[in-house]
Amino acid sequence: MKIAVCLKQVPDTEANIKIASDQKSIDESAIKFIVNPYDEYAIEEALKLKESQGAESVIAITLGPDRAKDALRTAVAMGVDDVVLLKTSANSSDALSAAKSLAAKIKETGAEMILLGKEAIDDGSMQVGPMLSELLNIPCITVVTKLEVNGSSVKAEREIEGGVEVLQTTMPCIITCQKGLNEPRFPSIRGVMMAKKKQISEEAVELDDAKLAVSSLSYPQSRSEGKIVGEGTEAVPELIRLLREEAKVI
Amino acid sequence: MSTILVFAEQQDGVFKKAGFEVVSQARKLADESGADVVAVAIGSGIEDKTGVLGEYGADRILLADDEKLENYNPETYKNVFVAAARDTKAEILLFSATTTGKDLAPRIAAAMDSSMASDCIGIGLNDGKLNVDRPLYAGKVFAHIVIEGNPQIASLRPNVFEAVKSREGQNVSAEKISLPDLASKISVIEVRRSGGDKLDVSEAEIIVTGGRGVRGPEHFDIIEELAHSLDAAVGATRAAVDAGWRPHEDQVGQTGKVVSPNLYILCGASGAIQHWAGMSGSKCIVAINKDENAPIMKKADYSIIGDLFEVVPVMTAEVKKFRE
Repeated sequence: MKIAVCLKQVPDTEANIKIASDQKSIDESAIKFIVNPYDEYAIEEALKLKESQGAESVIAITLGPDRAKDALRTAVAMGVDDVVLLKTSANSSDALSAAKSLAAKIKETGAEMILLGKEAIDDGSMQVGPMLSELLNIPCITVVTKLEVNGSSVKAEREIEGGVEVLQTTMPCIITCQKGLNEPRFPSIRGVMMAKKKQISEEAVELDDAKLAVSSLSYPQSRSEGKIVGEGTEAVPELIRLLREEAKVI
Repeated sequence: MSTILVFAEQQDGVFKKAGFEVVSQARKLADESGADVVAVAIGSGIEDKTGVLGEYGADRILLADDEKLENYNPETYKNVFVAAARDTKAEILLFSATTTGKDLAPRIAAAMDSSMASDCIGIGLNDGKLNVDRPLYAGKVFAHIVIEGNPQIASLRPNVFEAVKSREGQNVSAEKISLPDLASKISVIEVRRSGGDKLDVSEAEIIVTGGRGVRGPEHFDIIEELAHSLDAAVGATRAAVDAGWRPHEDQVGQTGKVVSPNLYILCGASGAIQHWAGMSGSKCIVAINKDENAPIMKKADYSIIGDLFEVVPVMTAEVKKFRE
């Protein structure tokens, strides 16, 4: 069995996001990029499955510009065997065209288990996993917090509003990973050394024409100046009055 | 006549408010453009429950009712909805960005070779094209997007759009649609609801969130009591979840849930940028913090400088006073 992980390089959660002068993209100059946190659960689950199921190899695939190689090196440092960068020049905001490129590559690898984060924290679209399911015509279970693989049978728990759903399917399949699934390992020193030397293969891809376009970016409306109602318990009655009479929210 | 097709989500025979919000919004768009709003209801034994969709503005209600459709199954629900979209030749497909909507809509988009925008907080029509606003980086910036596909597809963030009974008393009867093959490679073995009536942060109108300042899982009862008095959901910061005090499904922020309730009360947390991104869309924000220099104290609409262990129980008592 081969396992594929799709990962994405994204701005760090602590990053301040500034809009670039074209008003359609962000200024990347001061941004620290990381592996999308949810994709780390996917990498960890792939490595665990490789160990428990005796899988042949784990390949990590990313779609992005040259800088995304750093994310692949992190994956290698964690223990992923092979990596490939699907190199794009355009910064796509369209999940379908991204999913099409990833699907073509996944098919080529022959992977039977495809893992990815439940969403990328940059655009937060949550589309690529379920779209891959359609494009590859294999089942996809999203937002998974527990995964059991037994031969080709797959049992997954997925988070729903106020509860958990237990689903069963068979490989090949796609799983999107949620926090709680596992604790991603830290790269070992040996892994980091290997990652430095790793030859990262890259393939140029042309994204399909997007059927949606970002016309502009803007900052959230700044909230009006707040007020400090007071100090300690004495301020509580006034706070409650303001919430009822001024804000009218309770 | 063009058609706006809406997925009207239900659970255990009860249609969700998030679905009413989408039907209401579709009605608005239809009134501007002269389109029909067609709601799709999928479930088992729900025929007599669909009428309410007409009151929120659906011109037609398409019903897929079958035992096999009792629980949400991504593949069967997708097949039913795609069949309805093809039959009605709908130009616009709208979903709510609930857990189910987020799972379902992208499958339908890919099946129909169309792109989509998720979790939109603004929507309008311009030259017959959907224009939407949606958050990026969990709301640090917003993107204005023009959707070009056919059909044009979007999901709307719950709690942002109003659910309006614009056609109170209107009686629209459901039309049963012929069902596609309901075979699926996925089977639902079990659905477990935690604690029966636990309110999820993504659906709540009021959220009370505890952070590092709560100092341990055993102290969250203070937060829970205030939440209970307000019929609110309990949220947690990343620090509280990473410390193992609260389940991750309660986490609000860029690596948790992005929420926009009417009232968000943050107790014992500084309001770090990744948390702020997840809740800054709340209509009213209250902060309770000992540290008057915490970033949240400048950003919240109302704040109290004080020890949450003293302030929060008094808030609970005050709320109970007027609610009784």
